[in-house]
Amino acid sequence: MAARNWIFAVAVFLSLSTFSSAQDLQIVNAERRIDLSSHIVKAFLTLKVENIGKDPAADMLLAFPPTQIKNLAMVQALAVMGKKKKKNYLPLDVKPSEQPDAPNDAGYFLVSFATPLGPGETVTLEVLYILTHSLEPFPVEITQSESQLVYYRDSAVVLSPYRIKQQTTFFKTPSTRVESFTSVEPANRAGKEIKYGAYEDRAPYSYAPVIVHFENNSPFAVVEELVREIEISHWGSLQITENYRLTHGGARHKGVFSRVEYQSRRSISGSSSFNALLAVLPPRVNSVYYRDNIGNISTSHLRTGFKKSELEFEPRYPLFGGWKATFIIGYRVPLEDYLFEAPDGRRYLNFTFGCPLVETIVNKLTLKVVLPEGSKDPSAVLPFAVNQDLQVKYSYLDIVGRTVVVLQKDNVVPTHSVPFQVYYTFKPIYMLAEPLMLVSAFFFVFVTSLAYVHIDLNIVKK
Amino acid sequence: MAAVESLPPGTPSAMRNAFGTVLSALILVLIGVLAFSIRLFSVIKYESVIHEFDPYFNYRVTQFLSKNGIYEFWNWFDDRTWYPLGRVIGGTVYPGLTLTAGTIWWVLNAINIPLSVETVCVFTAPVFSAFASWATYLLTKEVKGSGAGLAAAALLAMVPSYISRSVAGSYDNEAVAIFALIFTFYLYIKTLNTGSLFYATLNAIAYFYMVCSWGGYTFIINLIPMHVLLCIVTGRYSPRLYIAYAPLVVLGTLLAALVPVVGFNAVLTSEHFASFLVFIIIHVVALVYYIKGILTPKMFKVAVTLVVSIGLVVCLIVVAVLVALVASSPTGGWSGRSLSLLDPTYASKYIPIIASVSEHQPPTWPSYFMDINVLAFLVPAGIIACFSPLSDASSFVVLYIVMSVYFSGVMVRLMLVLAPAACIMSGIALSQAFDVFTGSIKYQLSSKSKDDAEDNTSTNNAQKDESSSGKTDKGEEVSKERSSKKGKKKEREPAEKPSVKSKIVKKKALVLPLEASIVALLLLIMLGAFYVIHCVWAAAEAYSAPSIVLTSQSHDGLHVFDDFRESYAWLSHNTDVDDKVASWWDYGYQTTAMANRTVIVDNNTWNNTHIATVGTAMSSPEKAAWEIFNSLDVKYVLVVFGGVIGYPSDDINKFLWMVRIGGGEFPHIKEADYLRDGQYRIDSEATPTMLNCLMYKLCYYRFVETDGKGYDRVRRTEIGKKHFKLTHFEEVFTSHHWMVRIYKLKPQKNRIRGRVKKLKQKTSSGVSSKSVKKNPWM
Repeated sequence: MAARNWIFAVAVFLSLSTFSSAQDLQIVNAERRIDLSSHIVKAFLTLKVENIGKDPAADMLLAFPPTQIKNLAMVQALAVMGKKKKKNYLPLDVKPSEQPDAPNDAGYFLVSFATPLGPGETVTLEVLYILTHSLEPFPVEITQSESQLVYYRDSAVVLSPYRIKQQTTFFKTPSTRVESFTSVEPANRAGKEIKYGAYEDRAPYSYAPVIVHFENNSPFAVVEELVREIEISHWGSLQITENYRLTHGGARHKGVFSRVEYQSRRSISGSSSFNALLAVLPPRVNSVYYRDNIGNISTSHLRTGFKKSELEFEPRYPLFGGWKATFIIGYRVPLEDYLFEAPDGRRYLNFTFGCPLVETIVNKLTLKVVLPEGSKDPSAVLPFAVNQDLQVKYSYLDIVGRTVVVLQKDNVVPTHSVPFQVYYTFKPIYMLAEPLMLVSAFFFVFVTSLAYVHIDLNIVKK
Repeated sequence: MAAVESLPPGTPSAMRNAFGTVLSALILVLIGVLAFSIRLFSVIKYESVIHEFDPYFNYRVTQFLSKNGIYEFWNWFDDRTWYPLGRVIGGTVYPGLTLTAGTIWWVLNAINIPLSVETVCVFTAPVFSAFASWATYLLTKEVKGSGAGLAAAALLAMVPSYISRSVAGSYDNEAVAIFALIFTFYLYIKTLNTGSLFYATLNAIAYFYMVCSWGGYTFIINLIPMHVLLCIVTGRYSPRLYIAYAPLVVLGTLLAALVPVVGFNAVLTSEHFASFLVFIIIHVVALVYYIKGILTPKMFKVAVTLVVSIGLVVCLIVVAVLVALVASSPTGGWSGRSLSLLDPTYASKYIPIIASVSEHQPPTWPSYFMDINVLAFLVPAGIIACFSPLSDASSFVVLYIVMSVYFSGVMVRLMLVLAPAACIMSGIALSQAFDVFTGSIKYQLSSKSKDDAEDNTSTNNAQKDESSSGKTDKGEEVSKERSSKKGKKKEREPAEKPSVKSKIVKKKALVLPLEASIVALLLLIMLGAFYVIHCVWAAAEAYSAPSIVLTSQSHDGLHVFDDFRESYAWLSHNTDVDDKVASWWDYGYQTTAMANRTVIVDNNTWNNTHIATVGTAMSSPEKAAWEIFNSLDVKYVLVVFGGVIGYPSDDINKFLWMVRIGGGEFPHIKEADYLRDGQYRIDSEATPTMLNCLMYKLCYYRFVETDGKGYDRVRRTEIGKKHFKLTHFEEVFTSHHWMVRIYKLKPQKNRIRGRVKKLKQKTSSGVSSKSVKKNPWM
């Protein structure tokens, strides 16, 4: 792959009418660190942006190549304020944006500055973006004794609609074993790090494709589908049930699985497989269970703590590339930790979005918040866009059914584990509906039996 | 004992009666709770999961039923099993259990109690054992009064034999069938005691439920005719007997024929002929009694000869027809299992597949003690109590215990039928003994305190004895109805009364000292306590293991061996949905239910040839086995191997049955080839056939690499052949403790390459016959 050492720059004509502000900004310095140590690719981008135009700029664009835009799980930006000692960060608003004349279907995110950038001013931005499914196993199929090699494709230079004066890119690989990497001079490798750059003065939309081929045996735990159901009971607890469909997203397993090799030569055999997972659960968690649809799975261990609880568990069998497993984790947490009353009298649930498993990608996450029977006007507040829907669920002795707020999001990574809120109104009198129903049912039974004993149904008197 | 006395309300004894009724109702509720909760050990110690093999099939059928509805269920053709034959589930399964659990599930969901099908299935058996103990109460109450009823219900609630089949999760036909059996018997006795057509109809419906639930319904349809015959022979015929029997046969047979799995068998197979024969006899007898009633004794004698001769001719014709019918079918119209009941050696001689099931073996003596414990000692006392006095009802329970003792001696599985009978008998015995001892204590105390009023108390005691010894007022009413036997009755009554009086006199004379009866009472209580302890132990330790999860206690804590589910889960997630898995038939139900994969054979052993094919493949060398499996479109072969952890019921231990069953259909498999001097062994002394058969190879492939020696911890020996390679199979999965090993059939060799190879061989080595022929001439 290193032989394919070529470079090209995409020179695109940009109409000034649409990108009037584009040419007014330039990036003085860009430093990109791409962490390839797990299957979730994290890129830390430090940009020093300067306004070279005459008008103040309110926002700037971040560009991504089309291959990355569909795997982009999250983009966050921070503005660095203050000098070295008193550095503090200000989160900026990042929105996906459509540009009509995007070259080669490039995708954009619009970062709004906290204060418009005046002419001649500079600002330093810290951008974090996370890519999923971006490590392509090669060879595609491996046997039990082989370790897993993957490709990562990216550009040696940062794709940007602005001119970049100076830039460097670092790739951090999980081990020192790197099969090959495309050389774009100056590029060199030292230990676990590959450095591209520094490159001087690149035109907008410069692009230099590179391929890094390296060993990555970290667990490629991909949850194909996760359905989390949070059931609120005003009697004092939240019941959470999580349905996982887990798969090993790495190189497919080929041929035999030998238990004797797996057990006796653990270090070299099945190095890309994994059989231990860790879920971070809330503190004060209780009644934890771990099962699948054919019964309990006995290989789990729970550590409870003040800040968080950790559930260490193993699937029924070790997962090799392409193998799948399903399981259910359920637990209960006390209500008072998560349910609060808003100043306007409404109640709100404050819970964590995302997947409790560490270092996993969730392809499709459905989060269902089951409100108690009789709740009204539900609304969810989240820091990012999700699909929202309302359903009705019938549970124990329900008559009108419970309102379910369904939040659905694709491509979820651990960084999405942030609090969200669901607001609703609820009258406490509804709590008594079911006990009263039971009481009246029993009362009815006893009255009927009383009546039955005392009524003589015989036609002829004995 | 709370015998019901018809006294006007308001009197103290009416209050006592009301109190007694409430008390016994409370006791019954507690017995129900006990019956339910003693069966929850498996849930508490393990988990809420379906147990063993057959329950998994029932669970799967219930899932299908709850998902697709009843009509789809009747028409269900299951293509996941018996590949490529399939199985018509709707027509070959006893639907009682499935429909019961399905209905419970449906009702619960209709009132928005969202229990899963699995939960309902797990708890069906404990719920029905509570019902069964209540039914036992009713039955025994009809026989010997409510005191005996309560004792019998309490005993049945925790009898280990029944617990073994009805712990939570043991979702099998027997769970509901035992309730249906006892309830049918109760309704039969109730009809017999009251002569009410209402109960007779209920009885037919209960019988229908029993037919739906279990193949053991033939026990009912043979036992009741036998009892009827016994009553007729001993001169106890009465219209009540007719009402109890005739509607049952007519309605019961019609209803039974509605169940698809029974269908026309209800009139065609030999199991049912006894009932029809007795049906004819009872009509003849009824006719005789009717004619006797309307004719003068002289005319009657003439008529008797006439009727008897006609009756005999009719009987002879019917018998001849039956014999002809029976003779036309090869097994005499009996199913294999029934035949093995009549002739205990039948199965082992002719049907290895029935003999191979452990629950079809005759029980050992310890298993009687294990399963019914002290009841075995109380039963004779109960039988004696039933004879004093003998009523229709008590003669029935005596007949029931005699027959069930015989059947349980043939098949260990039928111990389950013995258990209720033993409980009823022991309940009667206990209740009578308590009656006698407490009566004598009461008498002693009162005689001590009031020497003058001795006579009064003794007569009181006598009255009580009479009322508690089974003659409820209903029974007395019944005795009035016996108009036909008035003469006999009159003769008997004077004879009885003096005997009762003499008994009292004897009692007075033989009155045990107060201390003796207290000691006897204490001993009885100790016996009961011992029984309770044993039952709790049996429920907790012996019968609660779900058998798909194994646990072992060692010095460093509890070890869980969950290998079965590990490999079933692997199969279900990592193989193609239409792949066929071959294994010995024991694991068929579990594979279809848990892994959702098509199997070749399963625990419903309806096709012997198919099972023999799999047995042959397992006992053949690798190449031949591959060809058999390939012809069946099998992709994976699953074997169960316990050599690593010492799990004794693995495939190597079952292997001889595979050889026998395979050899039964395919004579080239000979059992002798697998035995060295009549001994089954797998060590270096084993025969080459054994060491080269597929089962050996699949179980011990790379086994030697675990410890370097290949020491099998079940057989306690080093294996015979340690290092070998598989050419036609490849290992694709082995569970954590090696208990389940799954192999994949290697794909067929490329044909073109094969031809090229052959050509090469022809040219180079000249092995083929053609070239040999040609060579001398060239």
